[in-house]
Amino acid sequence: MMMAYPHTRRWTRGVLHLFLILFGLLMLYPIIWMAFSSFKPESEIFSSQLLPTHWMISQYTKGWSALPEINFGTMFRNSIFISFISVIGSLFTSSLTSFAFARLKFPFKKTLFAILMVTMMLPAQVTLIPQYIIFHKLNWINTYYPLTIPSFIGASPFFTFLSIQFIRGIPKDLDEAAKIDGCNMFQIYWRIILPLTKPALVTVSIFSFYWSWNDFFGQLVYLNSPSKYTIALGLQNFLDQQGQSQWGQMFAMSVLSLIPVFIVFLFFQKHLTRGIATSGLKG
Amino acid sequence: MATTHTEITIKKSKLRKRVAPKYDKAAALFLLPWLIGLVGLTIGPMIASFYLSFTHFNLLQDPKWAGLSNYKQILTADEYFTTSLRVTAIYVVSSVPFRLAFALFVALLLNRKIKGIGIYRAAYYIPSLMGGSIAISIMWRNIFGETGLVNKALHVFGIHGSAWLGDPHYALYVISLLSVWQFGSTMVIFLAGLQQIPESYYDASAIDGASKLQQFFKITIPMLSPVIFFNLIMAVIEGFMQFTQAFVITNGGPINSTLLFALYLYQKAFTDFQMGYASALAWLLLILVGILTALLFITSKFWVHYESGEE
Repeated sequence: MMMAYPHTRRWTRGVLHLFLILFGLLMLYPIIWMAFSSFKPESEIFSSQLLPTHWMISQYTKGWSALPEINFGTMFRNSIFISFISVIGSLFTSSLTSFAFARLKFPFKKTLFAILMVTMMLPAQVTLIPQYIIFHKLNWINTYYPLTIPSFIGASPFFTFLSIQFIRGIPKDLDEAAKIDGCNMFQIYWRIILPLTKPALVTVSIFSFYWSWNDFFGQLVYLNSPSKYTIALGLQNFLDQQGQSQWGQMFAMSVLSLIPVFIVFLFFQKHLTRGIATSGLKG
Repeated sequence: MATTHTEITIKKSKLRKRVAPKYDKAAALFLLPWLIGLVGLTIGPMIASFYLSFTHFNLLQDPKWAGLSNYKQILTADEYFTTSLRVTAIYVVSSVPFRLAFALFVALLLNRKIKGIGIYRAAYYIPSLMGGSIAISIMWRNIFGETGLVNKALHVFGIHGSAWLGDPHYALYVISLLSVWQFGSTMVIFLAGLQQIPESYYDASAIDGASKLQQFFKITIPMLSPVIFFNLIMAVIEGFMQFTQAFVITNGGPINSTLLFALYLYQKAFTDFQMGYASALAWLLLILVGILTALLFITSKFWVHYESGEE
């Protein structure tokens, strides 16, 4: 239901616009303020002024190499690597699994689907310790394997659920026609369903990028040598080591870490909101 | 009869279907990666963690059977457990209702055909997108400091702000507020729900003389109740698992006033290396969340309305 008010007078609409703009600005103000503050000298950060009196980029250049063992460039590369592999992994399993659930007949289908739904709500803490022990036994601690490999075996059931919902919306006539033409299930998947699920695949990619880019807990648990650090770990360590004295540099690096999030948002905003709306994914 | 021929072929094809294997063999291959993960990452670890919760285990030596002693210790002698439960309960109660109410309020405002609505929706969604990151936690820690942005703003109104994060009375609410601020994804789900309500309901009730307020309580809320319920469940579960923000902003302090359950569990497992004990904590968390979800489902019978026929 879209409320259209044909009789709404111009001024009520004006009031609404004004309210939405002011309220939106109030909400986004901290982020805007942080972005401007990253160009201020340390002494100005706690002044009540929004804009820097004179702009400087030294917070960025100093912050870039603020940690002794690793610079932010390397951490960016590490974060991008982990996110990239996680996206591939999520696409791989969510697409295969969802095709089976949406189109194929197999025993215990209902039970398995119920299990899939339950795993979406399962608190991660319950499996955390044994998973850690497994990765420890495999000698995977302090590598990127625990942060990437699980995505290839369906670590995020949300993505599978989203793709199932999407494939269920594709008319079955197409598969039936292909079946009559002699296509087997793999051909139907590869030639018919996969190209048609592109919007769902895009949504899965965006969310798995966000989740692994913003992930902190997994990286905190599994990575411990500074040369392996990601952006999130780097920022946290920066805060721990120099903490309250280097807010400017910390803001500068924080702003940099948010730029990829913002760019992806600008380009894929429609996919994002649709993904949330259809399956309740959280941003 | 002209139809006989087709009837026969239909019968034939039905017969063939019955004879042909009932299941798609290919399914096994399609499901294989997920099944491996299900066993290796979820079911196996759950069984293992259940076993470990009855042992003492420090990762270096083999687990030692300890019977019920972990659970006994947690439930009778662990004051941090009670603290963390209380803190988590306050966190959930002080963030979830406000987040839902706020998200619904904004969704109602944004559910109109006005110019630039897409830009508004996008802008209101940004905090939710970025809120989970370390960057925002760092920012939050700064703006709620004693000389931070929030106190500067309060000063304009003549209010002398406190050192919010240093004060055990306020620190937790600062973290709750961050959760409320991330209302965006909840709002988007509400918006999708609002768009499902047929406009004719509003038109009909308007003809009958219903006020906007009556429409809200008699149409919007009941029609939206399944969506409210979904958002409620997800927000509660998420609240019980919250870790990053409490870790970065306050690390449980001051005086354990922000020691969320997930944070306490992390400390037990990865600072004290009491893996058995932490597993017992995890199982208690699972039981607790399970009971809570079940209770919410039971109460939902009284306030969630599903339209007959659909879903």
